[in-house]
Amino acid sequence: MAEINNNGSSKISVKTPKIKFTKLFINGEFVDSVSGRTFETIDPRTEEVIANIAEGDKEDVDLAVNAARFAFDHGPWPRFSGSERGKIMMKFVDLVLENLEELAALDAIDAGKVFEHGKARDVPFAASILRYYAGAADKIHGKTMKMANQLQGYTLYEPIGVVGHIIPWNFPISMFFFKASPAMAAGCTMVIKPAEQSPLSALFCAHLAKLAGVPDGVINVVTGFGTTAGAAISSHMDIDCVSFTGSTEVGRLVMQAAATSNLKSVSLELGGKSPLIIFDDVDVDSIVNLALLGSFANKGEFCVCSSRIFVQEGIYEEFITKFAKGAKEITVGDPFDPKTRQGPQVDKQQYEKVLSYIEHGKRQGATLLTGGKPCGKKGYYIEPTIFTNVADDMLIATDEIFGPVISVFKFKTIEEAIVRANSTRYGLAAGIATNDLNIANTVSRSLRAGIVWINCYLVFDPDAPYGGYKGSGFGREFGMEGLYKYLQVKSVITPIHNSPWL
Amino acid sequence: MSSPKHEIKFTKLFINGEFVDSLSGNTFETIDPATEQVLATVAEGRKEDVDLAVKAAREAFDTGPWPRLSGEARRKILLKFADLIDENADELATLEVIDGGKLFGPVRYFEVPISSETFRYFAGAADKIRGATLKMSSNIQAYTLREPIGVVGHIIPWNGPAYMFATKVAPALAAGCTMVVKPAEQTPLTVLFFAHLSKLAGVPDGVINVVNGFGNTAGAAVSSHMDIDAVTFTGSTEVGRAVMHAAASSNLKPVSLELGGKSPFIVFDDADIDKAAELAILGNLTNKGEMCVAGSRVFVQEGVHDVFVKKLKVMVKGWATGDPFDLATRHGPQNNKQQYEKVLSCIERGKKEGATLVTGGKPFGTKGYYIEPTLFTNVTDDMSIAKDEIFGPVISVLKFKTVDEVIKRANATKYGLASGVMTKNIDTANTVSRSIRAGAVWVNCFIALDRDAPHGGYKMSGFGREQGLEALEHYLQVKTVATPIYDSPWL
Repeated sequence: MAEINNNGSSKISVKTPKIKFTKLFINGEFVDSVSGRTFETIDPRTEEVIANIAEGDKEDVDLAVNAARFAFDHGPWPRFSGSERGKIMMKFVDLVLENLEELAALDAIDAGKVFEHGKARDVPFAASILRYYAGAADKIHGKTMKMANQLQGYTLYEPIGVVGHIIPWNFPISMFFFKASPAMAAGCTMVIKPAEQSPLSALFCAHLAKLAGVPDGVINVVTGFGTTAGAAISSHMDIDCVSFTGSTEVGRLVMQAAATSNLKSVSLELGGKSPLIIFDDVDVDSIVNLALLGSFANKGEFCVCSSRIFVQEGIYEEFITKFAKGAKEITVGDPFDPKTRQGPQVDKQQYEKVLSYIEHGKRQGATLLTGGKPCGKKGYYIEPTIFTNVADDMLIATDEIFGPVISVFKFKTIEEAIVRANSTRYGLAAGIATNDLNIANTVSRSLRAGIVWINCYLVFDPDAPYGGYKGSGFGREFGMEGLYKYLQVKSVITPIHNSPWL
Repeated sequence: MSSPKHEIKFTKLFINGEFVDSLSGNTFETIDPATEQVLATVAEGRKEDVDLAVKAAREAFDTGPWPRLSGEARRKILLKFADLIDENADELATLEVIDGGKLFGPVRYFEVPISSETFRYFAGAADKIRGATLKMSSNIQAYTLREPIGVVGHIIPWNGPAYMFATKVAPALAAGCTMVVKPAEQTPLTVLFFAHLSKLAGVPDGVINVVNGFGNTAGAAVSSHMDIDAVTFTGSTEVGRAVMHAAASSNLKPVSLELGGKSPFIVFDDADIDKAAELAILGNLTNKGEMCVAGSRVFVQEGVHDVFVKKLKVMVKGWATGDPFDLATRHGPQNNKQQYEKVLSCIERGKKEGATLVTGGKPFGTKGYYIEPTLFTNVTDDMSIAKDEIFGPVISVLKFKTVDEVIKRANATKYGLASGVMTKNIDTANTVSRSIRAGAVWVNCFIALDRDAPHGGYKMSGFGREQGLEALEHYLQVKTVATPIYDSPWL
């Protein structure tokens, strides 16, 4: 059984940062909520309160939208050239990197994320997204058209206006920049509502935005709850589009509210039950490492988790033996301990949900290969857990668990693997492990998923569009595609006379 | 003024390549709005019929040939479809006229040819649907594939069935999708004829399915279907809202909406006034005003206001009604009784609100849903005729002083579909075209629709674009495929 390295003691929290920003950020100022209410944010390592954060509600969202609307309709931001916006965004990048440790530490104590991973991966990657879009801001092209009549036409890709971003708790800093960066590059202004579980880093980023020279009102942050602040955003009559990453259930509410209010456009990045399909021509040892990464990174709290691993029968026994061994070796512990590879689940609700799925798995008759229990006396720590002999229709095979719980399945043929991998309402990511070119091509074409990783997993890149098929949502982040939701196409047409060509 | 008795050949649902009755056996009548006579009794599809249609479309997509054909092979069939449209233009135009109160001349010589050209445009796009190889920041080779999204639902309106069918179906076919089309209940006939042509063109069974019926049964069944991958809707804002809501409540299918408009048509002092008057008329009275892009708020700069109104009055009065099959006729009946009553009540409100009724304003004729072309002047921004979409032959003229003022007033609407700007001055044209929040800005022209020009709304006129290669986006999904590379000589 995996043990917590420090028995939940807070000795390691010598690196715990002082919480500097706890208020809403509206129009360039940190302000209390109109109601004066606050809410607590909890440290999942210790179950203790870190800080009291201003709790924004509808009236605070209204103020934020007013500020964003003014900043868009009259302020400098959309009127800057793309390169001027890019310059300010690059300064923002510098500030993020200068404050790398503090940002990573905030997400560690707020969301249980491993500090070393934050410093080495999450924060630098977030900065690279911001840098990518800083460089894209002056390359947003429309087109001149090939009209069938004596007309000159061109398209302009205009900023859509005031954007609402509702971001989740699993990658707080990353998600902040995944959404803010393209919206900024496009010339939009925005209201960001971080998850109530993880408000701290967004507020710190807002502070850095101001230092970077982002004009007042362009970025506003309203911390609070989904049913109040989040709902106020989705249903706001003066927000032009909303971008949401989170659960399918809440995504549904966001889209319904958008429809019921002002028919704002919506982009949704929802859950997944992504398959990793391992063919028997691979080197098992390296694939085991890949599977461990895909399954247990970020304590299983990510939408592209390879939660269904299909292993071809020829290597099945060897794979599950090595996979289980690798899982047992994952050190679960305090996020600041450099030995830790898996921190606590983000909060009590998630922790209990994951444990109840584990119980389901056992009750429905799957074989618990390793793990299955909480660990440590304090904090929301759960052992990396693997089930085998899982039937495709068991809950642990159909539902997104969002925790360190993986189901492994045996398969015979390619056709079978494709059908079973696609038999899910989700369609976010998929992995294929094979050295055979034809298998790689056929299977990558056949899997209904927005991102297919061949002999790799969790490969994200600023230039690689990412998003869902089917119930995993629609819209793409990253790449130039990531800009589209923040732009609107305007066609401008005028007659031409005596043109030498058509 | 009755239309010649015309044989209606296709009145059933079209599912999996066959014309079939609805499962319930229910039917409904479709009326000729020029005579108020019943044209035909048409099969009425409901949820169970939509289920059959989706099943056929799903089978055709998941296992049938259509998505597995190359773009080039789909192109061949789309070109054949275009040719069949041209060969059957008289029939298609006749159906549009008697079912929708449209005029034979414009339909036969504009809308139907535009429909076949739309098929040709997307036929030529089918083999040019590219993804991209990506510029990764680590040793990874990656590319995007733009894959057909699957089974699409199209809910199309009654104001231009032929044009709407082509606009939606052609790109969906080019992308490799299969579909269920639900025409408006007021105009079921044209689309059924297209379905017949699709079979002749070689479109495989199940790729195009047509379920006629009502919005709150068949339409709702499409928006809320758990096995439809995307839905496109053109129609009113109210129904667009219901479509998006149903899409969210069901399987979170992406939607594209093309909704109403209250588009500004702005005439500056330096405009070509004759041209401006002509375009204001075309932009408001074409198709009896039943156009989402109608330039229904005509802003005229004070220097030319009176001269302009005088010209308009003459042209509105001269906008002749007559036999829809006579090429000289300009004006026809409103599409259906409900719309006819709505337009008349909007006119009454305009009068009560204090606008000056210069000409028109009354129904006319002993039969049919005819309303006189109507001109209001001295309209102010707060009047309902300046705010609400009327969708009828009603022109509202408002006066303005300065560029900044008219930009503000033009943008003071929840809609944002189109706009027109009449000026010879380059700076005025550029500033105003940048400042109007609408999906189309037509400078010294109006309703300049074109196959290569993306068309769609800002704000509550909707989202998504039709026409142009942009239209393909609704019918495609982006998949990123990434794999490590070793020893690459460059990155």
